[in-house]
Amino acid sequence: MNHPLVESAFRMEKFPHIWCPGCGHGIIMASIARSIEKLGLDKDKVCIVSGIGCSSRAPGYMDYNTLHTTHGRALAFATGVKLANPELEVIVIAGDGDLSAIGGNHLIHAARRNIGLTTICFNNNIYGMTGGQYSPTTPTNEKGTTAPYGNIDKPFDIAQLAIGAGATYAAKTTAYHVPQMDKLIEAAIAHKGFSLVEAISICPTYYGRKNKKGTAVDMMTWLKDNFIDHKVAEKLPLEKKEGKFLMGEFKNVIEPEYTDQYNKIIEQLKK
Amino acid sequence: MNRKVKFLQGNEACVEGALMAGMTFYSGYPITPSTEIAELSAEKLPRIGGKFIQMEDEIAGIAAAIGASLTGAKAMTATSGPGFSLKQENIGYAALTEIPLVIVNVQRGGPSTGLPTAPGQGDLMQAMWGTHGDHPVICLTPDSVKETFDLTVRAFNLAEKYRTPVILLTDEITGHMREKIEIPDLSEIEIINRVKPVKGEAYKAYQVVEGDLVPKMADFGSGFRYHVTGLMHDETGFPSNSTANAGKLMDRLMAKVTDNLDDIIQWEEVETADAEYLIVSYGGTARTAKSAIKTLRAEGIKVGLFRPITVWPFPEKQLFEIGKKMKDIIVAELNYGQMKLEVERVMKGHAPVRFCGKANGEVLTPEELISKFKEVL
Repeated sequence: MNHPLVESAFRMEKFPHIWCPGCGHGIIMASIARSIEKLGLDKDKVCIVSGIGCSSRAPGYMDYNTLHTTHGRALAFATGVKLANPELEVIVIAGDGDLSAIGGNHLIHAARRNIGLTTICFNNNIYGMTGGQYSPTTPTNEKGTTAPYGNIDKPFDIAQLAIGAGATYAAKTTAYHVPQMDKLIEAAIAHKGFSLVEAISICPTYYGRKNKKGTAVDMMTWLKDNFIDHKVAEKLPLEKKEGKFLMGEFKNVIEPEYTDQYNKIIEQLKK
Repeated sequence: MNRKVKFLQGNEACVEGALMAGMTFYSGYPITPSTEIAELSAEKLPRIGGKFIQMEDEIAGIAAAIGASLTGAKAMTATSGPGFSLKQENIGYAALTEIPLVIVNVQRGGPSTGLPTAPGQGDLMQAMWGTHGDHPVICLTPDSVKETFDLTVRAFNLAEKYRTPVILLTDEITGHMREKIEIPDLSEIEIINRVKPVKGEAYKAYQVVEGDLVPKMADFGSGFRYHVTGLMHDETGFPSNSTANAGKLMDRLMAKVTDNLDDIIQWEEVETADAEYLIVSYGGTARTAKSAIKTLRAEGIKVGLFRPITVWPFPEKQLFEIGKKMKDIIVAELNYGQMKLEVERVMKGHAPVRFCGKANGEVLTPEELISKFKEVL
């Protein structure tokens, strides 16, 4: 028997999904569905938009208004959907390459506008769909099929990038820390304004194999051992947090939301 | 009746036409010589409860318009040369996903940054072949301010009727020229809206009834939860790798245009009844041709004009019928002979096809055309 959430939030006939064994993406997709259910949103008013890549195939499985667009452009399409019909709860699913390389310009501008979109970045540190090329979040010195001698680029911190660009909600979590992920994604969807949750996923097939990270379980264990909530980290002695990665809610403020501001202009012009 | 007489630029008439056709959404990026279309849309749309947004780049400009169209809005974006290049991928997306949209390209001179403030007609072939893969294309080209208004309305109507992006290919001449136009009353204009499913109806996003080619289109948020993808998809809208299915989808997409040529194709003929010579020209350059024809006729030379108004699909049948009676055909355009190639293809050697044009940012003068015409004779 299926879990009731699977029956209510997903298009059962579209399974099995395309993701490789051990991929972390399904965990994040399920967390989004749980958050939508928990918030009691009307499924007819939820719109999920994605670009191109492994994570961007998620909307096809999710039983809402779903839009699988061109590479990098999900936020631009989503901006049109949201501005044309602000009643819709618009959630963007994007991979690290989709969101911060080819779509980087749309990310910073959606954040700057503080338009009421929720972006969930499925960050697996690699281009998976095309077979394991390095992405803007591949750590320096790690390998990809296009970085056979080690990546010399510096990686983006996507959550911090969004904050720098003006996002009013930004958080980071991992595919291991599911209860935290649920809380953060729920808060991000409920947030009025541009919100982003960077969810660190795992790609055992390409990133893991290329960089000798072991099995999917090994990679999950690594997430468990190496990410600390930044509020917890504040209280820890230096030696306990050195070399670790910070996660949790980094920003949560309320500022005027774009479609509200536009509607105010419309109302003023009526007078 | 609420007719209004105005003195407008082509770009302004485009916005007036779009609003009359029901435009409620505009997204774009500033670029010369199309910017007035964005500026006027920014001013007018919020006054009618519509939305304008200046996006971060040209690609986002078309992407947002496609997204808006999915919610039921009639959406438009406008651009010029470099911006038209940047929009190509998403033009293909709108064609495959069958999302109505109007894309205006006010052509300027040259490749690359070229001559931003000067006219050109070098994007004719790009309008047809710019995005990758075969796809249906409807492209309209006005030669006056009034016709810019009319064709903008028509572009929206065709986009809604056939669920496809429609390109309005104008140029810096018609875009910036001012003319007196009478804007008709809304009641005098045919407005076509996309067919939507009714609530409770069993709905498959890309299913067509037998004998029809255009599926109904539900607004996102209206209770029909469906999937839209730029991958090949079946009638449910979900991705399908089946080659049989892909072939069926492609056939239907192409047939939306090829089975409706008589509905889509418009052209103008001037003085063709007794003509022995034919000038083929379009857009702003057709005005040069009309002036040249007056002068040549006054000299007793029997010359006429064939002006494609719909440039894609190309009015093959109509041109061939007239062209085959001609001693000579001369194609006048602001490029190195893009439409000339098309005219040669259509005429299949039944009449010699000559060329008169340039791509240096100047308009073609009637004198230049007359001199070239006489040289050919």
